[in-house]
Amino acid sequence: MTTPLSYLSASGGQARTILPLTWFTLGVSIFVCVAIGVCLWLALRRARQRPWPLDMRSVPVERGGSGLRWIGIGLALSAVPLLVTLVWTMVALAGAQTPNQTAMTLDVTPHQWWWEVRYDSPRPNETFSTANEIHIPVGEAVRVRLHGADVIHSFWIPQLSGKTDAIPGQTNVTWLQAQQSGRYEGQCTEYCGMQHAHMALEVVAESPDAFAAWRANQLQPAQPPATATLQSGKEVVEYRCGLCHKVRGTRAAAVSAPDLTHVGSRRWLAAGTVPNDPGHLAAWILAPQSFKPGTLMPPQQLQGQQLADVVAYMATLR
Amino acid sequence: MISTDTRIPEIGVATPAHRERLHKAWETPAGLLGFLTTVDHKKIGIRYIVTAFAFLMIGGIESLLMRLQLAGPDLTLLTPAQYNVLFSTHGVTMIFLYASPILSGFSNYLFPLLLGSRDMAFPRLNALSYWIYLAAGIFLYTGFLTGNGPNDGWFNYVPFAEREYNPGLNQDFYSLGMVLLGISTTVGAANFIVTTFRMRAPGMSINRLPILTWGTLTASAANLVVVPAVSLAFFLLWLDRQYGTHFFDTHCGGQPLLWQHLFWLFGHPWVYAIVLPAMGMVSDGLPVFCRRPLVGYTIVALATVATMILGFGVWVHHMFATGLPGLGMSFFSAASIVITVPSAVAIFAWLATIWNGRPVVTTAFLYFSSMILMFVIGGVTGFMTASVPVDWQLTDTYFVVAHLHYVLIGINVLPVLGATYFWFPKMTGRMMDERLGRWNFWLVFIGLNVAFLPMHLTGLYGMPRRVYTYREGMGWDTLNLITTIGGFILAAGMLLFLVNVVRSLRRGLPAGPNPWDAATLEWSVPSPPPPYNFAVIPTVASRHPLWEDRLQEEHAKSSLERGLLLGRGREVVATTPLDGEPDLILEMPEDTIAPFLLAVALTLCFVALLLKLLVLAAVAGAGAAFALLFWLWPRRRLGEREPVHD
Repeated sequence: MTTPLSYLSASGGQARTILPLTWFTLGVSIFVCVAIGVCLWLALRRARQRPWPLDMRSVPVERGGSGLRWIGIGLALSAVPLLVTLVWTMVALAGAQTPNQTAMTLDVTPHQWWWEVRYDSPRPNETFSTANEIHIPVGEAVRVRLHGADVIHSFWIPQLSGKTDAIPGQTNVTWLQAQQSGRYEGQCTEYCGMQHAHMALEVVAESPDAFAAWRANQLQPAQPPATATLQSGKEVVEYRCGLCHKVRGTRAAAVSAPDLTHVGSRRWLAAGTVPNDPGHLAAWILAPQSFKPGTLMPPQQLQGQQLADVVAYMATLR
Repeated sequence: MISTDTRIPEIGVATPAHRERLHKAWETPAGLLGFLTTVDHKKIGIRYIVTAFAFLMIGGIESLLMRLQLAGPDLTLLTPAQYNVLFSTHGVTMIFLYASPILSGFSNYLFPLLLGSRDMAFPRLNALSYWIYLAAGIFLYTGFLTGNGPNDGWFNYVPFAEREYNPGLNQDFYSLGMVLLGISTTVGAANFIVTTFRMRAPGMSINRLPILTWGTLTASAANLVVVPAVSLAFFLLWLDRQYGTHFFDTHCGGQPLLWQHLFWLFGHPWVYAIVLPAMGMVSDGLPVFCRRPLVGYTIVALATVATMILGFGVWVHHMFATGLPGLGMSFFSAASIVITVPSAVAIFAWLATIWNGRPVVTTAFLYFSSMILMFVIGGVTGFMTASVPVDWQLTDTYFVVAHLHYVLIGINVLPVLGATYFWFPKMTGRMMDERLGRWNFWLVFIGLNVAFLPMHLTGLYGMPRRVYTYREGMGWDTLNLITTIGGFILAAGMLLFLVNVVRSLRRGLPAGPNPWDAATLEWSVPSPPPPYNFAVIPTVASRHPLWEDRLQEEHAKSSLERGLLLGRGREVVATTPLDGEPDLILEMPEDTIAPFLLAVALTLCFVALLLKLLVLAAVAGAGAAFALLFWLWPRRRLGEREPVHD
């Protein structure tokens, strides 16, 4: 059974290097528990129930066998899997390192409680920011630099890569690689405060062509509004949302919250808290605190028409 | 205790007059004053046990609330803020206020009895250790009850614990409370070490110590080394928060990883400190019911020490995901894998003891023997997390929650419950009810496994730790519901244990001095033991003084009836550290209010620091200095002052 965050299967990269070792240690562990359990059960079968109150003195005390052989044989048997694991650990550790050659580099900065994702490029006009959703081309290794902005968070895409912390004051590096296209869920795994529970992210692995198209689209600024409704929506976004968010190509230019230039292209809102559809979007804008208590987004007192305009406008930000 | 006098102590057998005299010298008067001034290790030990057990119950209730919140997806019983305070307080309570103090309690009660002495080496320090523990517990819970409980987990990572992200008093309560508690742990540890080395009956050489003593000795030595690390860390955090230092503040060159190193440098040895004495309980208790000595005494004792030494080299396995260099991590990974070996020694020794013995089923035996399997489950999952790459997937998921609960319940709670059934008759003179005991055992055992065995799978399916809720469709719903049900079964078992204790206190069968026909010295004195423990100090010739006539292994025989009388006031004999040869006659201190006063003054000082009332802190500090002065004032009766010569 594969569930979104299960790491009993892997789809590529570092996770695939680790998986056989996970299964091996798990297998050894289960075997040891069963073996000791059977020994214990066989030993206990010889135990006697005696009438209460006990007369312990009636049961003779004697040393019997020395029993030391148990310890010797037990340790000798334990040494084998321990040694194998030790060597395999070192091998896997080397194999799980970030490759020297990677197709591209992402700068991921987790914040309380969302993920800022910046696509790096030697050419400044080819860099851009997005949030909570990472797209990568299938088969390519992608280097991920993790930056600490506020408190410690941890970056984890179980199907692709184990955990790496993002710690203020240092830059950690990990990598992603997916063998098959698809959506891979991730989650912050270092306790980071009130909404640690709602800090998911998603990696979308797609064919190189689809990825190139996605990237080209992300580089575009927002479309100018085509209708009066959309124009009014854009204005509200500029003077309300723009205090924290950015929509490239408009006057909304703040960077302390997720970049909304292409928010309509993402599957989730608020780091995996609510699905991105018009109904949830409207509800989220009005009352974010009821979905994600403690989120830094304040509730927006918008009138019905304003809200409808904003939602309509944001649907065009694809 | 400097004295130029030499004296040949009388040797003889106890007479009623002798007992009368000892009773008078050692007895604590009844009433409030006696309550506050006693330095009797048995009274202090029982206080420790009762207090720690109360914290176990409180921590358990906290976990039940969390389990209700997590019973299904998207439940809203608790707010995220409440949940976060609860999981942090649960950890702090169980680890600091239950797991370690309960073992201190048993060791306090048992040490002099196991070793054939009349008290701990430093009875007043013993009282101080308890009072400060109690005060620190109340201090931390005052924070909790005023809405300022710890909210950053027991591990308390910075920068989240810094004022910028955590402006309330929560972290100040936690920081100062931990520094205060550290004093208690440290003085207690010093006391155990000196007691083990110097306060044994003549003849009890180091290779005749009960394993419990080995466990507590080892754990105490570790505590002396590592508690300063965590006290320092919490003190630095408090300075950062209240006085603008920048130890952990990255804006000014501070280092979040400094906290993690200081904390885990303490934290991992501490894990061994809260299991080794409990493993000692099993090593001493299990053989009694198997009707034979422990298999491999020497190897088990050495393994205890080896575990602790290796335990100093594994702390980085809590930090495998922090981006440390691979080469560095591989050493810690190797050490964490190797440390399974000494633990395995104990497992095989216990199995061999049952296998080669004639096991008699009692509730205590059920606890001691079933813990073996729980230990193995907790151990192998620990072995999995020792492998760096595997840990990158396992860490911070419920797999680790399952692992640590098997370790702490399996290797601490189960032995402690077994030890209660085992030593309750000694402490109270009454047996605990066996029928209730079986119900109690099976509920605890089934509850534990229903709650935590499926939790491994919850972790493998990727459920992260410390989340107050989760959404549907992650594969965790059913597993979490099962865990919640298991948690309540476990709680019912614990409740039954409490019922059994209360019932047996009043209606238990009279125990007599040695109801289990056990082998060690504590069973040679009446139950409950008189204030002076031993009317004559026994002379020991083997590890099993009460089984010598049946084992027929030693040439010499222990002498329990005839020995040093030491009846002039509170006297005990000090022996040499390794061979246990009689060395000195010690005059032990009388009951005194000084430890209580010192604890009150210190606590007041910490309260003042919390409120930043520096004048009050200075006054309380001066009060503590006066209490110390009063404590240390030389007394002629103790030979601390030269007698006036005529």
